[in-house]
Amino acid sequence: MSTHVLSLLVEDKPGLLTRVAGLFARRGFNIESLAVGHSEIPGLSRITVVVDVDELPLEQVTKQLNKLINVIKIVELDPTQSVQREHLLIKVRVDNATRSQVLEAVNLFRARVVDVSTDALVIEITGDSGKTTAFLKVLEPYGIKEIAQSGLLAVGRGGKSITERVFKN
Amino acid sequence: MSTESSPVPSPAPVPPGAPVEITGAEGVVRSLEMLGITDVFGLPGGAILPVYDPLFESKKLRHILVRHEQGAGHAAEGYASSSGKLGVAIATSGPGATNLVTAIADAHMDSVPMLAITGQVFSNLMGTDAFQEADIVGITMPITKHSFLVKDPAEIPATLAAAVHIATTGRPGPVLVDITKDAQQAKFMFRWPPKLDLPGYRPITKAHGKQVAAAAQMLVEAKRPVLYVGGGVIRSGASDELRTLAETTNAPVVTTLMARGAFPDSHPQHLGMPGMHGTVPAVIALQEADLLIALGARFDDRVTGKAALFAPNAKVVHVDIDPAEISKIRVADVPIVGDAKDVLVDLESAYRDAVAAQEGTPDLDEWWATLDGLRAEFPLGFTKPSDGLLAPQQVIQRIGELTGPEAVYAAGVGQHQMWAAQFIKYERPNSWLNSGGAGTMGYAVPAAMGAKVAEPDRVVWAIDGDGCFQMTNQELATCTLNKIPIKVAIINNSSLGMVRQWQTLFYDGRYSNTDLNTGHDTVRIPDFVALAEAYGALGIRVTKEDEIDDAIKLALETNDRPVVIDFVVSAEAMVWPMVPQGVSNSYIQYARDHSPAFSEED
Repeated sequence: MSTHVLSLLVEDKPGLLTRVAGLFARRGFNIESLAVGHSEIPGLSRITVVVDVDELPLEQVTKQLNKLINVIKIVELDPTQSVQREHLLIKVRVDNATRSQVLEAVNLFRARVVDVSTDALVIEITGDSGKTTAFLKVLEPYGIKEIAQSGLLAVGRGGKSITERVFKN
Repeated sequence: MSTESSPVPSPAPVPPGAPVEITGAEGVVRSLEMLGITDVFGLPGGAILPVYDPLFESKKLRHILVRHEQGAGHAAEGYASSSGKLGVAIATSGPGATNLVTAIADAHMDSVPMLAITGQVFSNLMGTDAFQEADIVGITMPITKHSFLVKDPAEIPATLAAAVHIATTGRPGPVLVDITKDAQQAKFMFRWPPKLDLPGYRPITKAHGKQVAAAAQMLVEAKRPVLYVGGGVIRSGASDELRTLAETTNAPVVTTLMARGAFPDSHPQHLGMPGMHGTVPAVIALQEADLLIALGARFDDRVTGKAALFAPNAKVVHVDIDPAEISKIRVADVPIVGDAKDVLVDLESAYRDAVAAQEGTPDLDEWWATLDGLRAEFPLGFTKPSDGLLAPQQVIQRIGELTGPEAVYAAGVGQHQMWAAQFIKYERPNSWLNSGGAGTMGYAVPAAMGAKVAEPDRVVWAIDGDGCFQMTNQELATCTLNKIPIKVAIINNSSLGMVRQWQTLFYDGRYSNTDLNTGHDTVRIPDFVALAEAYGALGIRVTKEDEIDDAIKLALETNDRPVVIDFVVSAEAMVWPMVPQGVSNSYIQYARDHSPAFSEED
């Protein structure tokens, strides 16, 4: 199995997410991560979905998704040809002894502290999954109290956009 | 479908483009009329009541009031499958809508163009567990090609037009339109035609020329090719094109359960049906082939047996209008996405080109010698049951012989379905209707009813089992009252026959819950003849061989009401040939404990 990142351009219709998620469940494909939001065109949304499947089942996933009437375009984003980011909010335990060490790690990883209290910090970090995983590993000894994580977001490198390609013809 | 000749114009005709203010409910009826729909099957209830009011007035729409919504759904399927037109079913919210679910699932599995319209509770009540509320859009998401929820009357015309477009184009399928009661009641400005906005729906019909040429080249080089024909050829209306390709290439043809009638059974190149209960020549031809041209077929497990061992030495050209079917089960060497009708024309012409370039047509004599040997050695047949009761196969065969290929035959699911697929000779597409993918018991009677509405000039038989018949026979009331004179042959073996057959073969004859007590030497509950008569149909019971023909002839002569023949047959009879589940098709058994001795190389 290997991880693949799919970028879906979809019509922003009620039930769309259910259709996509239901399809994955029904056909036995696992979603590793999912991110949904507006696209640059009103009425259209972009879903970034990470699936862990082999090459052949991936083709099935793509074809089945393409059959959904509200799905307009699906592109697989190659990690070398795209920018891929996830966003984490981490609440980590600190005291007077550990605070400075944690802040040092925050600086090293170019993360940001977004909330401070006497016994905890809330840190936000953005990056690819390698970076975020490494950061979490560093924080772990201090005591991670809570994590909220977005799905992976991705966009192709270079000047071309998926939407342009769809609406050109 | 034309109603142009009607001398009475329908009230307030709408000139194209000129908007008029009407209710959403009137919008539903007008839209259906404008879409060319002439017949709908349904049953009213609270949340769809507004639509039933203008429907009452419509001169162009014939509404047939069913007795159960499942009947409406299967009738819509039978209507569509026998004629190639769209079938329409209407139901109310909640249980009305959920009663359609089985038929929608069935249509989804067998790619039947169907429109289901359901009423929904008032939009301000949705999500509150209101009376007769069910999330039917959610429930049917996995079993529809698409579904719509309409809360605004202004969206009704465009939604219905889009639904019909989606249901009938590309790979056909069921589309559900759920309309809230307030959207039916509110007024809006009706305009026709509406604008379709489906940016994500672009079915591919014309295939890639390079792929077609590659397929043709493989066909020229193949020593043992087989045209593996599926239901897509029927839905595409490509029978003539198939015949041309078959005759040009001299390749053998097999037709799956969904494709019976796509290629004439009388044609010398036809080997019959493949699969679990296929003919020995058809099954072995696929197993031993070096090239399969799969045409609108989807490598269903009932055809392939254990898929990994199916046609082990064959290269595969897979033609389908649905890209997702290609390489779903078996990786295709040459994938061709397109409409079977167009692809067959292109493929035939590419084949001619390839032959011309090659000088000389491929020699299939050796292949045909093998296949003809199998045909001679393993013809379809049956033995008379030892209990002296009627052989069900004989009954079904005689129905086919006395009625002929112009009729429509709808089957339920089980042994009688397989025998009807085997022993009736189909010569034309859309003459064989059954529930292939879903395997829905109870399909036959309502589907036959729908077929008779679509094709009133044809004889329509429901070949049913005693188990299946008891699931949906209430539609006999609909048939009698609406003058839809279908003919029902109950192949009454007093049991859930196919399940019983598996119990005989795989469960040491332990007949757990398969005895229905409807047949020979039982209490006969219900008495099918009395039941038929209670519904105003002609009821006939046949118990002896010499009564078979007379009963069928009487049924064929009776056209003022439905006919039900209770053929009391032996419960012993089993469907042969058979490939046991989960093994290679090479283990096909011609009869019990009798496997053909063919070359097994691996």
